Amino acid sequence: MLTLRSAQTLQLTPPRLLRPFSLLYLIILFISLYRFNSIQLNELIKPNSKTLNSLSFYTMASSLLQSRIPAISFSSSLSSGIQWRASAAFPAKPRRKSSPVQAKIREIFMPALSSTMTEGKIVSWIKSEGDVLSKGESVVVVESDKADMDVETFYDGILAAIVVGEGETAPVGAPIGLLAETEEEIGEAKAKAANSSSAPSTHPPAASTPPPPSAVAPPPPAKAAAPVPTDGPRKIVATPYAKKLAKQHKIDINSVVGTGPFGRITAADIEAAAGIAPSKSTIANVASVAATPAPVAAAPPPKAAANNFVEIPGSTVVPFTTMQSAVSKNMVESLSVPTFRVGYPVATDALDTLYEKVKPKGVTMTALLAKAAAMALAQHPVVNASCKDGKSFTYNSSINIAVAVAINGGLITPVLQDADKLDLYLLSQKWKELVEKARAKQLQPNEYNSGTFTLSNLGMFGVDRFDAILPPGQGAIMAVGASKPTVVADKDGFFSVKSKMLVNVTADHRVIYGADLAAFLQTFSKIVENPDSLTM
Amino acid sequence: MQSSISLSLSSPSITRSDRTVVDAFAANNSLTPRSLRFCGLRREVLGFKSVSSTQLVASSKRRQLNKVLASLSGNGTPTKGFDYDLVIIGAGVGGHGAALHAVEKGLKTAIIEGDVVGGTCVNRGCVPSKALLAASGRMRELQNEHHMKAFGLQVAAAAYDRQGVADHANNLASKIRSNLTNSLKALGVDILTGVGTILGPQKVKYGKVGFDESVITTKDVIIATGSVPSVPKGIEVDGKTVITSDHALKLEFVPDWIAIVGSGYIGLEFSDVYTALGSEVTFVEALDQLMPGFDPEIGKLAQRVLINPRKIDYHTSVFASKITPAKDGKPVLIELIDAKTKEPKGTLEVDAALIATGRAPFTKGLGLENINVETQRGFVPVDERMHVIDANGKLVPHLYCIGDANGKMMLAHAASAQGISVVEQVCGKDHVLNHLSIPAACFTHPEISMVGLTEPQAREKAEKEGFDVSVAKTSFKANTKALAENEGEGIAKLIYRPDNGEILGVHIFGLHAADLIHEASNAIAMGTSIQDIKFAVHAHPTLSEVLDELFKAAKFKVNNSSPVAEPVAV
Repeated sequence: MLTLRSAQTLQLTPPRLLRPFSLLYLIILFISLYRFNSIQLNELIKPNSKTLNSLSFYTMASSLLQSRIPAISFSSSLSSGIQWRASAAFPAKPRRKSSPVQAKIREIFMPALSSTMTEGKIVSWIKSEGDVLSKGESVVVVESDKADMDVETFYDGILAAIVVGEGETAPVGAPIGLLAETEEEIGEAKAKAANSSSAPSTHPPAASTPPPPSAVAPPPPAKAAAPVPTDGPRKIVATPYAKKLAKQHKIDINSVVGTGPFGRITAADIEAAAGIAPSKSTIANVASVAATPAPVAAAPPPKAAANNFVEIPGSTVVPFTTMQSAVSKNMVESLSVPTFRVGYPVATDALDTLYEKVKPKGVTMTALLAKAAAMALAQHPVVNASCKDGKSFTYNSSINIAVAVAINGGLITPVLQDADKLDLYLLSQKWKELVEKARAKQLQPNEYNSGTFTLSNLGMFGVDRFDAILPPGQGAIMAVGASKPTVVADKDGFFSVKSKMLVNVTADHRVIYGADLAAFLQTFSKIVENPDSLTM
Repeated sequence: MQSSISLSLSSPSITRSDRTVVDAFAANNSLTPRSLRFCGLRREVLGFKSVSSTQLVASSKRRQLNKVLASLSGNGTPTKGFDYDLVIIGAGVGGHGAALHAVEKGLKTAIIEGDVVGGTCVNRGCVPSKALLAASGRMRELQNEHHMKAFGLQVAAAAYDRQGVADHANNLASKIRSNLTNSLKALGVDILTGVGTILGPQKVKYGKVGFDESVITTKDVIIATGSVPSVPKGIEVDGKTVITSDHALKLEFVPDWIAIVGSGYIGLEFSDVYTALGSEVTFVEALDQLMPGFDPEIGKLAQRVLINPRKIDYHTSVFASKITPAKDGKPVLIELIDAKTKEPKGTLEVDAALIATGRAPFTKGLGLENINVETQRGFVPVDERMHVIDANGKLVPHLYCIGDANGKMMLAHAASAQGISVVEQVCGKDHVLNHLSIPAACFTHPEISMVGLTEPQAREKAEKEGFDVSVAKTSFKANTKALAENEGEGIAKLIYRPDNGEILGVHIFGLHAADLIHEASNAIAMGTSIQDIKFAVHAHPTLSEVLDELFKAAKFKVNNSSPVAEPVAV
């Protein structure tokens, strides 16, 4: 059984008066129906401008499948292109109309109403729990960083549960309410609401620049944060920005220990609790504090300068971009994982011959290597596993090969999902699309953070071998060097020249042991040396 | 020619019907058309609202020319039996504007100042705050990587030097102060140093404490003593960690976290300064919403842009009942109580607190009791001609009060306009200032400006007087210049009568809103209808096209026979 995925991208230009440049909506919805050869796609967003401050939206709703199905993923992001683009490159597309509706309970998500919106506040719920909704009706008013917008539903149904109440804030993409199709399901939806409110969405907020490879934010540790009381007696002292951040990252402020002056909780404390890199603006603050001459006595002492590096005159300081700071954070985080490396020479003559043959059909070397790795991983599931908590193996049900790509001063790892199941040609096509999207900064979060194994290839630069750093959350990464003619002596003592490349795998020794890796590499090598199976 | 100009000056705020005013003025004009002044919005006066020093230099030059012309009548021939024709107590912007106009009118004028020339605006208000806002606005822009990137610019780690920013504010104040002083001296206005006190009708004494006091007689007196920051009970201002705008403008330190009590103009501007310089801000507002006094729609948008995305939180419907400065290693402690029930609403611990709850009139020691005038909450009661009213409700002859001291409209340029209006009356020409034509601005980034009525006020008035109100809006997002600046955030809102095209109010939130409002305020002052002003041409591409579009967006009822006024020949 194949798991099919399909994507449809819609971009719509907003009405002229409203943000002529910036506000374009691109929503992609992935729904995977495991065990069913069917695809259901939900169309989204039809802008229907009424007034300057009120724009109507079709609510994004996606099916929640009730069996043991991998979580559906939904994501949205924004782009600044103007033309319509529909990239639906999969044969599955024509079939979608005939698909049966599997789901009865749909989530209403916090929509992204502007390019800078990362969270939205519920101004008011126009409908209340139990109200019957019909398609196109306004359900909720959302305040973005720009305006108040009416959000409409695209489905008929009953508003079963409100997950995010009035005055509360939710990140873009987080469920804010549940829509049931029939009355019987209301109870079920309510139960779900209770669960979902305690397990907040892990979708990172849509950002204008895609976060880096494997930047899977560690799931927020907190329970649904009770709205921080703004009034009334409190013992905990948190600064305004700290409170904002806590809300945004769903950190329970009561669980955070303040390290600021007078024991107050500062933005840095929240960022530490959320496990995110300190924001750029915080750095700017520190800079400005440092640049401030000693304040009067009552002022708290300025924070000690963090680094003691000698400043070389004439040097310029360029702060990290969002992508770069996420890379930085991940790299530092990787130090906590006990890794080891195993190298293996692989003969590539057969692969090169195959490559020459399939190249005209649009197949790239990346696709070949990804496919080979995926096929090897299928035989060695432990190498596709990872250790998330230091106590257990997490075996991944699908083999998603992330491939590192350098991009405009950054690094991103678009993910070839189910690389073992897709054929080489589809894989190549998919790869081409992912690279285009990555260049246009239009990758959806699940297109760069769902990898289970990473492939990094520096062979094209003539690098013969290198050592890759294991991205947090994955079990292994493969570093592929250049294929070079090498003199080999066979067992009979004859010399011959064969093309060989060195692959070097870095793995997490908590779950993947030397023998596992060696066996995996042997399989990989066999596949590459007899590559015909790649095309099957 | 000028007849149409005068009409609007008087119209809305007076009790008489517009028609009679029109007739009265028309008659008046036909007699002495040239002597009329409109509304006091003279260039010279507007000059010192601006922070541009070049303009000030230019205007003081102009004043010197005036002096040559005026010296024909001179500042030296008082009415018989008096030392002076006009004595102004207080050399702030109001007193200064009145003095300049008085000299031009040939009155022998003196101005009494107990502190420094320039008053609040120049020394502790609009002027230094504009310097801080200019610096912090740039800081904010440079820190906004997204904004810079959109221009293709790269800026590495912007930082500031607090003392440098503070010096800029201080230097600007000194420069403007000396400009003002020089302009008075150049005109020959006598600057009398000391505290002025009214001894009786047409009699004023002045003198520094501990020195001999002098008594002078004068035909008319203008009180222009202005205001000081008001500090509610229970708040202990130490000038270091619990401060008023007077201290904040010196920018002696930038706290990590500052509470601002009051979210009006002053509080809002300081929140802009402090957040740009890296502070976090907590507003404490007694009313149930932030930015009371602004048009609700503008306030809502402003909150979305100026408050929500910044490191600011707020407590509304609460009073700061007690504020203790930081001492003994403890932070500033603010006790909050519910504004209505007075129940305790918790405490705040912050690094500093700025009290921006408004300003109180500075009218003590004026000797008002000598002429039987009772202040109301400190304000000197006046009629619509700034004529002081005594405790019996009667006008006190020859005594006027302008500016913050009368509390009609606590704005520097309003004070100046009132002063000019008074001088007109003193010279025998009736003049009533139309306060609805006086613009106001808040210099946040982006700026907020307004003139006339807010939408709720206009609707209330319309209800009472039985006319319709329409609203037109345009967005900065549709303006080429704003988009070129990557500053498309903002709207302009026009509140008007669809029957005759009268402008009731204009509110702007967006880039350079404070500079844009004057097209609207002038139209209100001159009674220009929208039907007429919409034909005026605006250079392209400029921000002024936001207003151009706004006027063009107005829709009228078919039978709009009588526009408010004739077109103005300029």
